[in-house]
Amino acid sequence: MTGPPAHPPARVSTSSDRLQRLLALVPYVISRKVVGLSETAAAFGVSERELVDDLNMLWCVELRAPDPYCPIDLSYEGGEIVVSQAESMDRPLRLGVDEASALLVALRMLAEVGQVAPVPGLAEGSALSRTIAKLEAAAGEAAAPSAQVAVQVDRHAERSVAAQLREALAAGRRVHLSYYVPGRDEATERDVDPMRLLVVEGRTYVEGWCRRAEGVRVFRLDRVLAVKVLKVAAEVPREAEPVDIDSGLFRPSPTDLRVVIELSPYGRWVAEYYPCEEVTELGEGRLRVILRTPDSEWVRRLALRLGEDGRVVGPAEVVADVRREAGAALAQYGTAGPGGPPGSPGKVS
Amino acid sequence: MSKRKTERLLSLVVCLLSSQRYLTATQIRAAVPGYPDSFDAFKRMFERDKEELRELGIPLDMGSNGPLDEELGYRIPRQRYVLPDIRLESDEAAVLALAARVWRRAELAGAAAGALLKLRAAGVEAEETSQPGIEPRLTGEAAFGPLWEAVRDRRPVTFAYRAFGRSEPQQRRLEPWGVVNRHGRWYVAGHDQARDAVRVFRLSRIEGQVEFSGPRGAVKVPDGTDVRELVAEWDSQPAEQQTAALKIRSGTGFGLRRRAVRDQPGGDGWDLVDVRFGDAAWFAEHIASFGADVIVTEPADLRDAVITRLKGALA
Repeated sequence: MTGPPAHPPARVSTSSDRLQRLLALVPYVISRKVVGLSETAAAFGVSERELVDDLNMLWCVELRAPDPYCPIDLSYEGGEIVVSQAESMDRPLRLGVDEASALLVALRMLAEVGQVAPVPGLAEGSALSRTIAKLEAAAGEAAAPSAQVAVQVDRHAERSVAAQLREALAAGRRVHLSYYVPGRDEATERDVDPMRLLVVEGRTYVEGWCRRAEGVRVFRLDRVLAVKVLKVAAEVPREAEPVDIDSGLFRPSPTDLRVVIELSPYGRWVAEYYPCEEVTELGEGRLRVILRTPDSEWVRRLALRLGEDGRVVGPAEVVADVRREAGAALAQYGTAGPGGPPGSPGKVS
Repeated sequence: MSKRKTERLLSLVVCLLSSQRYLTATQIRAAVPGYPDSFDAFKRMFERDKEELRELGIPLDMGSNGPLDEELGYRIPRQRYVLPDIRLESDEAAVLALAARVWRRAELAGAAAGALLKLRAAGVEAEETSQPGIEPRLTGEAAFGPLWEAVRDRRPVTFAYRAFGRSEPQQRRLEPWGVVNRHGRWYVAGHDQARDAVRVFRLSRIEGQVEFSGPRGAVKVPDGTDVRELVAEWDSQPAEQQTAALKIRSGTGFGLRRRAVRDQPGGDGWDLVDVRFGDAAWFAEHIASFGADVIVTEPADLRDAVITRLKGALA
C-alpha cells in the first residue's frame, strides 16, 4: 500500500513565526532531554542551518540588569541538542484562540468523518474523543470560540460501502466496484486496488489503482452502487502516484475539451460547483466560464440541464450535439423547437 | 521581522517571564539589550513590542509591587503563559496529526501548524508519517478569514452578496453567529440588521471584501443558537411529496432508475418508471439532462417545465 505524499510540515505563517519557533524550541528539546539536529529541523519545518541560527540566538540571550546573565545554556555538539539551563523558558506558550480552534474544529470534523467512514481511531469512545477532551482541557478558555465553527460531512454514501472499503484497505484486498458515472449515465464494473479514503469538499472518496483504466482513480462513495471485497491481494503498482489532494482533486489534462459557456444569473452555480479555468463577468450577473473536461457527453447533459440559463459557445461540435439532442427530445413531446425537424407531429398549444 | 527585533523581543519575553516582580519601563530598558538611548524613542518601541507580544497570545500583566510603588510595571504571569500539561498516547497523537492536516488547503493552516508546534514542544510526538488510511481536507474560501475573526471577536460585518439569480450584488449588514461547512461548502449564519431576521449566506457568493462594521463584543449570540441547525434548515430539500410518471428508453436513465419506486417494461424499447420528487424545478432540470432518453408523462407542470428547459437549450 502506498501512503500519501510526504509533505514538509506546514510553516507557521505569521510575521512573527521565528519568535514563536524560538519560544517552542527550548521546551521541545527539554521534553525530549536529547534530540538530533536533523530530526528537530524536520519537526519545525526549517533547514538545519536555520535551526543552528535559532539555537545560537537562544544561547546568546543576555539580560544586563540588575546583574548581567545569560538565562539559556545549550549545546548541539555532534548533532545532538541538549539544554542545560532554560530558566522560565522550559514550557511552551499556551494555545491561542485560532490555534485551539483550528485543531478542535478539525477534530470534531473527524468525528463526523467517523460517522461516514468507520475508521477505527475515529469511532466514538476512541482515540479521537480522548484527544478532543485532552485538547479542550489544555486549551482552557481559548477553546470556547471553536464552538462557533462546525463542519458537516455529506452522509449520502452508504455506510456499508465505506465499511467494506475500510475492511479491504485494512486487509490489503482488491475490490470489485459497480460505479455510477453520471456524466455518461452508466453503471461501470471494475476491479480496484484501494489505496486510501479521502474526504474532500464534504464528500467521501476512495482512491485506488483502477485495473480497468490502469491508473490511479478516485471514486465518490455515494456513487458506488455495490462493492465486493475479493479474495485477491491488492497490488498497487510502484508507479502509482497518490493524488495530491492539496492541489485539487481534479486536474485537467492537455487533451481535454475547452468548453466555453455563457451563464445567466440563475446559471452562475456552475462556477461554484465546477473548477473553472476562467471566469469572466459579462454584466447584469451574467458569466462566461471556461471548463476543461474530457467528456463531451457530460457537457451536453449540463447544457440540457441549464436550458436558457446556459449557452454553450464552443467547441462547435458540442454546440451541435446539444441542439441535436434538445431537438430530438422536444420532437418526442410533439413540440419542435424553432424551425423544428420536418414531419414532426405538430402539437396544438 | 528583523533579526535584531526578534532578539529584542525574545530577551523581553525571557526577562518578563523570569521576574516574579513587576518591572518598570526603566528597569526593562536597563535589562533588555537593543532599545534606543533616547527615552521617547524607547517608549514608542516598547509600546509596539508590547502589542506584538499580545498578538502572539503572550499574557502581559500591568501592576505594582506594593502600595509605595509609584510607577506601574509589567510581568508575564507564568501560570497564564504556559500550556498546561498534555500527554497523548500514540493513537491520540496520530489523530492530532491528521486533524492538523485538515486545514492544509484552507485559512487556518498557519494556526493549525502553530498549535502542533506548541504541542510538540510540550512533548507530544505527532509525526507526519502516521497514516490512519483516511485523509480529510477542508476547502478554503476567501471570505472565511474575516468572518471567522468576526465570529471569534463578536463583531458585526458588512459585505456585498449576490443572492441566487440576482443580477447585482446587494450590500448586507450581518451580526454573525457562526460559520458552518456543510457538505463541503462554507456558510455564515446570523442576524441580518437591515431585514431584522435570521439569515444564512453562502461564502462563495460574497463579492469583494468583508468589512467590520462595529467594535469587538458588539454581537450577542442568542442563548441556545445552533448554527448547524440554521444552515441545515436553509439547505434542506423539500420532502418528496409528488410522483412523476416517466418513460425511459431501455438501458438508459440509470441516474433516475436508482431512485425509482416502479420500473417495468412498457414495450417498443421503453420502460415505465415512477420516481418521487420534492423540488419540481430541480427535478425538471435533472430530467432535461437526460435529453431524448426520458419523457415525462405526468404531472403536466413537470412536463411543461422540462419542455421549457429543452427549448432553452435549443434557443
